[in-house]
Amino acid sequence: MSDIKKIKDDYIDKLNTENKIEKVNNIKSELFGKNGIIPNEFKKLGSISVEERKKLASDLNNIKDELQNKISTKTQEIETKEINLKLEKEKIDVTLPERNIEIGKIHPVSQVIDEISSIFSEIGFSVEEGPDVENEYNNFTALNTPDNHPARDMHDTFYLDNNKELLLRTHTSPVQVRTMLKGKPPFKIIAPGRTYRSDSDQTHAPMFHQVEGLHIDKNINMGHLKGCLNYFIKEFFEVDKIKMRFRPSHFPFTEPSAEVDIGYEIKNGKIVIGEGNKWLEILGCGMVHPNVLKNVNVNPSKYQGYAFGIGIDRLGMLKYGINDLRAFFETDYRWLSHFGFDPLDVPSNYRGLSR
Amino acid sequence: MKFTVDWLKNHLDTKFNNNQIIDKLTNIGLEVESFESSASELDTFIVAKIINAKTHPNADRLKLCDVDIGSDKTIEVVCGAPNAKNGLLTVYAPPGSIIPKNQMKLSVSKIRGVTSYGMLCSESELLLSNESNGIIELKNNKYTNKIGEKYFKNTSEKVIDLSITPNRPDCLGVRGIARDLSAAGAGKLKINKKPNLKYRGNQNINVTIKKEKAQGCTIFGSCLIKGVTNKESPKWLKDKIMSLGQKPISAIVDITNYVMFDLNRPLHAYDADKIDNEIIVRNSSKGESFEALDNKKYILENDMCVISDRSGVLGLGGIIGGTRSGTEYSTKNILLESAYFLPRSIRKTSKQLNIDTDAKFRFERGIDPLSIEEGLIKASELIKQICGGEISNLDVKKIDTYKKIIINFDPFLFEKTTGFNVENEELIKILEKLGFDVSRNKKILKLVVPSWRPDITQSIDIVEEIVRIKGYEHINTSEPVKTRLKPTLNYYQKLFHFLQRSVASKGYLETVTWSFTDSKINQLFKENDQEIPIVNPISSDLNVLRNSIFPNLIFYLKKNLDRGFKDISLFEIGPAFKGKNPGDQLTVIGAVRAGKVSRLSWNDKERIVDTFDVKKDVIQSLCEAGINKDEIIIDDRTPSYYHPGKSGGVYQNKNEKNAIAYFGEIHPNIIKKLDIKTEGLVIFEICLDYIRASKQKIKDLKSEYTFSDFQKSERDFAFIINKNFKSQELVNIIKSVDNKLIKSVRVFDVFEGENIPGGKKSIAVNVTIQSEEKTLNENDLDNINKLIISSVESKSGAKIRS
Repeated sequence: MSDIKKIKDDYIDKLNTENKIEKVNNIKSELFGKNGIIPNEFKKLGSISVEERKKLASDLNNIKDELQNKISTKTQEIETKEINLKLEKEKIDVTLPERNIEIGKIHPVSQVIDEISSIFSEIGFSVEEGPDVENEYNNFTALNTPDNHPARDMHDTFYLDNNKELLLRTHTSPVQVRTMLKGKPPFKIIAPGRTYRSDSDQTHAPMFHQVEGLHIDKNINMGHLKGCLNYFIKEFFEVDKIKMRFRPSHFPFTEPSAEVDIGYEIKNGKIVIGEGNKWLEILGCGMVHPNVLKNVNVNPSKYQGYAFGIGIDRLGMLKYGINDLRAFFETDYRWLSHFGFDPLDVPSNYRGLSR
Repeated sequence: MKFTVDWLKNHLDTKFNNNQIIDKLTNIGLEVESFESSASELDTFIVAKIINAKTHPNADRLKLCDVDIGSDKTIEVVCGAPNAKNGLLTVYAPPGSIIPKNQMKLSVSKIRGVTSYGMLCSESELLLSNESNGIIELKNNKYTNKIGEKYFKNTSEKVIDLSITPNRPDCLGVRGIARDLSAAGAGKLKINKKPNLKYRGNQNINVTIKKEKAQGCTIFGSCLIKGVTNKESPKWLKDKIMSLGQKPISAIVDITNYVMFDLNRPLHAYDADKIDNEIIVRNSSKGESFEALDNKKYILENDMCVISDRSGVLGLGGIIGGTRSGTEYSTKNILLESAYFLPRSIRKTSKQLNIDTDAKFRFERGIDPLSIEEGLIKASELIKQICGGEISNLDVKKIDTYKKIIINFDPFLFEKTTGFNVENEELIKILEKLGFDVSRNKKILKLVVPSWRPDITQSIDIVEEIVRIKGYEHINTSEPVKTRLKPTLNYYQKLFHFLQRSVASKGYLETVTWSFTDSKINQLFKENDQEIPIVNPISSDLNVLRNSIFPNLIFYLKKNLDRGFKDISLFEIGPAFKGKNPGDQLTVIGAVRAGKVSRLSWNDKERIVDTFDVKKDVIQSLCEAGINKDEIIIDDRTPSYYHPGKSGGVYQNKNEKNAIAYFGEIHPNIIKKLDIKTEGLVIFEICLDYIRASKQKIKDLKSEYTFSDFQKSERDFAFIINKNFKSQELVNIIKSVDNKLIKSVRVFDVFEGENIPGGKKSIAVNVTIQSEEKTLNENDLDNINKLIISSVESKSGAKIRS
């Protein structure tokens, strides 16, 4: 017995000083391997008396446990040491730059079109489109603007032929004509798109964007028009209160016609929408003229409704504080990065119109 | 349309103050553009402060002053005044100002080599005193808070400027505006008293309106005023003319203008002694000419309505008079004309000759045909008052008579259209005040439309009159009806939306460029399309519709490169025009990528962008938009603006004519021609219209989910193959060996050169093999390997590398 105890003490001492994992493993197999010291001691038990055996077996078990524990703590100790040593060597400077991030952007016009579509989608409008090149009939005549009408002067039209038969649409209103000609009432659409007038200065570009709206049904009146635009403007500018004014105006294709102004003020050189005592014109609208309905084979004594046209670029300028319209179309990398929107920023009702 | 409140009050009895009048005008549809004093030449002179006065580098007597002119602006002015010193408050005149003393217009100028922006003024230069020795010294306490403000107070009466819509010619005269205001409760319209004029003798210049096809004149009224003394207008009249922003000319001309703006009744005064015998109103013949009062000579076309005498054309009726018969200070006898010209004729002629005058503007919109006499009487009265003379009887020639327009109006239409009700009594009152003659026939109102309202022809026009006078604030706000008739977006609109955002998410900045472009650049990209010129382009370098999405993108890419940007990714989604008829257009995404990948990276090797960068972008975007990657085919047929060897097309079907997308390097010739300086330039385009619409929704497309848990094996093969053999075909051959077992084939190495025979290349592929039914044993795998090798060798002529 004292032998065994001595062996144990020797091994404990050895393990205490050892710091290589291979050596510890060797010790482990010396002690507990196939012909290891501990199994051999257990084998010897068979040849001694029962009383002695009991005591010896118990001592032997204690020694076995003690050694096993020592081996496992030692192993762990060495492994931890080794890992720590390795980790110390592997330290990198995480403040070095990441791989290049390539950030794309959505143009403000596209973003605003999506915002507008999202708002009108909520109240049941669907999106229609029409071609950029139009014929004279759809752009003017069908819209109650005959050739000798002075209102044509307000549209500086680009023509594609000398007979003035083909032109670049001066507004999105011809989409009304196309939509009504190919379908049957009721109609409830918006039509965003490019429009063209030969006009160019700080506030006018030869190409700009409009969204047309049209709602025709049996009993749609000016109250619905007011309600629809009131809803749209509040949603678009994301304000609870907005000062809005309907003011009589004239468009050949609507009657009665109105222009809508919103209140604003200048605070610290920036335009603030909603309050204030200044008015800003933002859109034109009205009840679709019976002559237009007749031109597209809709019976004006049965159906009526409203239409509106909104300048998209201008809305975007107001909402996002952009001063120069021309910059929209000049593809300056700096401007696009500055005013562009993240591609994942999809305007929607449930996530909010804008971030 | 400009006028003063005083002028308005000649026609309107009102207790409204100025602001109330302004609000009312806007509320009834006569939009007020501005309400301010008419601009004065003295407006530009402002209070300024010298911040720093130092000696001019090239002239001892001159000083160089930094001047604070308000709104955070400081400018540099060269000044010769001995008293110019730091902190002095004085009067500054910017370039463009006219100096009262010598009427000289200031411009930006260099004085002894230093640029001076405007000048600092002395009292004598401003005609305030004779003090010319030095600039004005303003008192600190009074002016220190006024830097940047006008020095001279503008004392002229405030002018209302209305923007009159084209349907309202009646409001191009002050009386019409007063009438609208009175209908809206802003006062009472004064009654026009008929003056007690004495007429002597007949108008003895014979007037004939020739009966011709498309005669533009239907009524010609006139009278002679003999023995007048033409002169400068009296002050009240000059003030009126100046408040319109016009220059007084002479009493006779000013009076005709005054009546035009007062009653919306254009008139014309001829020097009667210069008329050759008679007046003939007729159509012109091509080639006739005359010199007009704007001092231009006009050569006429056929069928323009002219006022002529025996010697030829005197003027263009309703548009502009001629110098030959113009009135002068020496004019003794005048013929006064008050006529009616048809809007269509006026518009046609003025468009052809490109003339715009106040008279044209009015006749084009429609003048009251029953105002002939009223105009003659009012002008004659004033001429007699100011210039003396005797008035002849009025002579009115007509070839057509005015027919009253009658509308039978059902008041229910008002409520049906506007959504609110106005009592019949009120409705009638409004209409009567606007000049309608109203009689009742049970529920229907019989309305005679006033002759000055050519815009009113049907019931809806009446609704508009009532609602605008009543006020739009009475219209209720109904909650939006949320009923949906069909889905918001169709398949292609969704595709547009997805592709736009997925391309942007690959690092491209979206831009929007003109739909028109420079034909010279368009030429490089138009392929076989017809050029589509714009007849009246905004500028010569935007003269055609773009046949391709690229001309503008490339143009602006170059601009940004020239700005010093090196790595640029841009895209646009929009129309490309294939013909000049409506609908001959495609919706296209075009994207350009220039420069390097991983430029100045500390850990990655930088490299020039290449075809496979854009190939990834285009394929990934298509996949994200819902196109199945397994169903697309890559081909090397591409348009000629691509590098013929380094570009590809994406097809949805082998035999499809149109690619849904192209990608690759741009043709080196184009880079050279456009002088684009970049390390690398690759592009891609997607044509949305050529993508086949999926009829299935995603809920129908999701197939049953199956997967295999049996062990999979990977094997690598390397083949020596003809250089031109396409890797896509090799992959397809391998896949077709066993579509079930071969799960994927990846090309992981391609090379030519060392150890590879000329004209050949080595392609290495990694093939993943997995069964859905069992774990494949060595034998199974060997069989497949052999099959792969033999199929590839027999179908492609390749040899396996050993």
